[in-house]
Amino acid sequence: MTQSSAAPLLMVRDVSKSFGPVAAVQGVSLPLYAGEAHALLGENGAGKSTLVKILAGVHGADSGELLMDGEPVVFKGPAASRAAGVSVIYQEPMLFADLSVAENIFMGRQPLGVGRRIDRAAMNREATEVFTRLGVQLDPERAARGLSVADQQIVEIAKALSFNARVLVMDEPTAALTTVEVGRLFEVIQTLRDQGAAVLFITHRLEEAFASCQRVTIMRDGRSIRTAPIEDVTIDDIIRSMVGRDLDTLFPKTATEPGEVVLDVEHLCRGGVFDDISFQVRRGEIVALAGLVGAGRSEVARAVFGIDRRTSGTVRVHGAELPNGKPLAAMNAGVALVPEDRRQQGLVMEMSIDQNVALASLGRLRRFGLIRRSSERELATTWAGRLQLKFSRMGNTVSTLSGGNQQKVVLGKWLARNPSLLIIDEPTRGIDVGTKAEVHRLLNGLVADGVAVLMISSELPEVLRMADRVLVLREGRITAEFTRAEADEDSVMRAATGQSPVVAA
Amino acid sequence: MSVLTAPAPAPTDRPVSRLESLLRARELGIALAIIVVFGLTTLNNHAFAHAASIQQLLSGAALIALLGVGETLVIVTRNVDLSVGSVVGLSAYIIGDLFKHNHDMSVVLGFVIAIAVGAAIGAINGLVTTVARVPSLVVTLAMLYIVRGFDGVIVNGKTIDPDSIPTAFTAVGYRTLFGIPWLAIIVAVVVVAVGYAMRSFRSSRDLYAIGSNPDAAELAGIPAGRRVFTAFLISGALAGLAGALFLALHAQIDVSGGSGYELTVVAAVVVGGVAIFGGSGTVLGAALGAVLLNTINQALVASKVSSFWNGAIAGGLLLAAIAFDRWLSLRVARSLQSAEGAHRDL
Amino acid sequence: MTSDMATKTPVTPRRSVVETGKRALWQGVRRWESALVVVFIGALIFGSSERPNFLNPMNFFYTGLNMGEIAIMALPLTLIIMTGEMDLSVASMLGLSGTVMGVLFSNGWPIWLAMAAALVVGALGGTLNGVLVAKVGLPSIAVTIGTLTLFRGIAVILLAPRTITGFPLSLTKIGVVPIQGTQLAYSTAIFLAMAVVAGVVLHATPLGRALVAIGLQPEAAQFAGIRVNRIKIWLYVVSGVVCAFAGILLTLKNASVSYDAGTGLELNVVAIVLFGGVSIFGGRGTVIGVVLSVAIVGCLQQALTQMNVQPEVQNIIIGVLLLISVVIPNSGEAIRRIRDRARRHASTPSPRNSPNA
Repeated sequence: MTQSSAAPLLMVRDVSKSFGPVAAVQGVSLPLYAGEAHALLGENGAGKSTLVKILAGVHGADSGELLMDGEPVVFKGPAASRAAGVSVIYQEPMLFADLSVAENIFMGRQPLGVGRRIDRAAMNREATEVFTRLGVQLDPERAARGLSVADQQIVEIAKALSFNARVLVMDEPTAALTTVEVGRLFEVIQTLRDQGAAVLFITHRLEEAFASCQRVTIMRDGRSIRTAPIEDVTIDDIIRSMVGRDLDTLFPKTATEPGEVVLDVEHLCRGGVFDDISFQVRRGEIVALAGLVGAGRSEVARAVFGIDRRTSGTVRVHGAELPNGKPLAAMNAGVALVPEDRRQQGLVMEMSIDQNVALASLGRLRRFGLIRRSSERELATTWAGRLQLKFSRMGNTVSTLSGGNQQKVVLGKWLARNPSLLIIDEPTRGIDVGTKAEVHRLLNGLVADGVAVLMISSELPEVLRMADRVLVLREGRITAEFTRAEADEDSVMRAATGQSPVVAA
Repeated sequence: MSVLTAPAPAPTDRPVSRLESLLRARELGIALAIIVVFGLTTLNNHAFAHAASIQQLLSGAALIALLGVGETLVIVTRNVDLSVGSVVGLSAYIIGDLFKHNHDMSVVLGFVIAIAVGAAIGAINGLVTTVARVPSLVVTLAMLYIVRGFDGVIVNGKTIDPDSIPTAFTAVGYRTLFGIPWLAIIVAVVVVAVGYAMRSFRSSRDLYAIGSNPDAAELAGIPAGRRVFTAFLISGALAGLAGALFLALHAQIDVSGGSGYELTVVAAVVVGGVAIFGGSGTVLGAALGAVLLNTINQALVASKVSSFWNGAIAGGLLLAAIAFDRWLSLRVARSLQSAEGAHRDL
Repeated sequence: MTSDMATKTPVTPRRSVVETGKRALWQGVRRWESALVVVFIGALIFGSSERPNFLNPMNFFYTGLNMGEIAIMALPLTLIIMTGEMDLSVASMLGLSGTVMGVLFSNGWPIWLAMAAALVVGALGGTLNGVLVAKVGLPSIAVTIGTLTLFRGIAVILLAPRTITGFPLSLTKIGVVPIQGTQLAYSTAIFLAMAVVAGVVLHATPLGRALVAIGLQPEAAQFAGIRVNRIKIWLYVVSGVVCAFAGILLTLKNASVSYDAGTGLELNVVAIVLFGGVSIFGGRGTVIGVVLSVAIVGCLQQALTQMNVQPEVQNIIIGVLLLISVVIPNSGEAIRRIRDRARRHASTPSPRNSPNA
């Protein structure tokens, strides 16, 4: 039910924020009405996180204003924002594992009894009250350690409520949840709405926006492109606004003839994470692992590469079985893994560009047991050229590069090894559109040269555009397989969310 | 395209997940270990259970237990204080020297000065750690050197012997109340008071938060710098108090007083259940850890096992305690995870 | 996410990545080493100011002799600290190995066999450290405090309260005379040779690059195929063997060993490594810096001893050096932080959120 007649509870008006020369957010406007869930959609790099941080009081906007109940407000810091009634639930809940759930909610504000002592009974009681208001059940006295991600989120939401939050901003809350947990979260959101709160729901999953929200705003390249009631938009409208152009005009994958089998995975299993995963990847083909975040795709990749030990099953590269849990063996067999988390896993942020590029090729650069700086630099310069890396000095740390260029460094690192199988996890996450196209072009070039590519991506358009075959994972199992011709958004999404499991003939 | 909704999954309330019971379990375990060691030794050597022996047990553990209280506060915040031993030596010598030259200085003043000396050093530790953001390992290590050096300079090879110290002061070291040494009572009072405070005041709960998740603590607006500084201040002050008690107990002090205590304290505290990476543990547990270690030491003596084994056993226990704690925390996390159904790490 | 809760960072905190337009590491590192050179020259001048003939070969010999074992132990510790770990058991292993050698020798073992046994003990101790830290995943500070106590305890059991003497004169002469034709103490020569090896390994081999990567970003190192755990275990084993070797040297130099050999030396070794510019967080530092640090501390100690300054004062100086070596790199940030906080407390509202025209 739209409330466009009433004034919004929180109004973002024409807000802009730049970091140096980069304009993260430009002239964004967004109304949050009481009792309404508002979806904020947009690709990575569209500026959603920056907007969230402005609402949270972490950053101050350079221009524009925030209006609460019609009055301009300035948040000098996170505490001020919280005091004003804005609470942000981040994607990664930050709880105190060693403390109880109740204490997590009330840290710093524990109810006091006689002589300014903490009144635990009151604290537990109030925690239970908040949980009841939310319609969930959690033991306030239990330690926070070991809580599932979904439960951690509930605790964070309870914390927000205990601050009398009137605006709740949820940043990708469903990224790590199972279907059942997503359902519970939606019920909680409904409860919050019934109590008059406004919810800003940031997500990548279009169907969730439709399922739970009444209004939607799409951001692209730092601007708010469109704000409308949800019933006035279709998925196509949204995708077009997010991407700025129709799907078809995006860089399509050139057709190639798949060759021999490079990767053969059979009944791969890792207890509690994924089960009975079997698939093959051939030379010259791109196989995509699609699915919701948390489905286990990255974990499969890591198990194949050997970072994580598999519980059972086999991984064969060029027919030879890989030993369990040894990434070096996989590398020597010709496997490369561009990981999901660039900053923690893909790069050593405080090392220089050239040393990062050379990091996986140290053995090959070695002469008489020694490595010379010049050989690292040479290797890096070669690949920087091939990948059109934009940098100022090779000796600078990679932290000075943009996201897209950082990804190029990671790619350079692995391509320098001439892999026969490239596993790439979220190839274009957090990358500007231009570099995105370059990466896709690069992948096309690789398969044309006979490399086998296993691609993991949460961006459906990318999956549909690039993959020869799409395997859909859900909750640790392959639920569907589609050829390029068979795959479309609808069928992939259904398989990913478990609507009607379809097994390809 | 709709998403299935479902009723909230029923929570499984396993008793082990309650925070309180987890803490109690550790303390009970140590108490049990103390009783077992005590019992076994007494079977072997009945004199072990005599009043004098028990008094010695308590007195011997008292100083380490006291240091353990301060050390717990610091370690809970993910820091460490390695300077405590040298503070004990320094403060003991300073008031010993003062007594020597002012024989009618009041006992209370002696205690106050000792605490002040310790607090001053604790303050320096706290300042450098919080303002300069230097890892406390390095800071307190450096202070250990500096304080020991300073102590060596002012001691200059001398010794303060029992004649210099007023009997009223040394009385604290050997007098008993209903058979329990005053020393043990004083320390017990401190343990109870600090232990209670750690449970019941917001600012002390902040210490746990800081050690458990520093980023979340910052987000929650906890003034970490101030809290950590206070922890070091108290640790130093208690070390100063321990110095005074050292003097009372041993009635003499030279340059080596308190030497090596810091390692024993860390061992006692970790054995007592204080996680070396912060965020959990109680002062009661730390005190019990000190009692356990000392009981084992005395048990060895009473069983005619050479006291030379003390160090090796302490080291072995410390290693065992850390390994056990880690195993326990992994196991708890895994069991709590599985209790809620199939969940996967991200 | 739950895996985050089961394991936590140990007492030495990791620093957060600061995104400024930083130059590469090695440039910042050169700044510290250059400063050390200046300090070294200053120390030499200081020494010469009291004793005009300070810079004579005899002094060089004695300085090298005194610093030898500490310097040798500093080298593997440097590599360990580079990976973000710590080893506080170094001096206890020195004591234990000397004790083992002494006890076996006094029981009639041939000296070479006794020395070999001491080295084996070093390897075993190092393996214990390495397995507990790398395989079991325990925090290295706590583990090495434990093994420190354990090793010393075993030494006590083996030897206390005796002292063993009577080592072969042909070997104990290394504590008295320099290498034929030079003024180089044997331990100094060994240290310098080891320093060259360590330097080459750290700065010019794949292993060295791996060490830096592990110290800066262990997860990324793992993803690049570096066998983090294996490397750490071997580092500790090497440290154990090297410290055992240092223990042998110390025993021969003193021509005797007692159960408390080397007590408290670990702090000297850590202080020297950190003062040499090696970051306690890992990933930064050079061997040349550690060598300079050894030279500076040795020179200062020699100068102060000749001025009849008490050893205790020397300890104070070492402590202060240690503090300086960690405060200065952080001071820039600390001052910035204090200034930021002061600015924020100034109540003038910042020009944010001004309504635009």
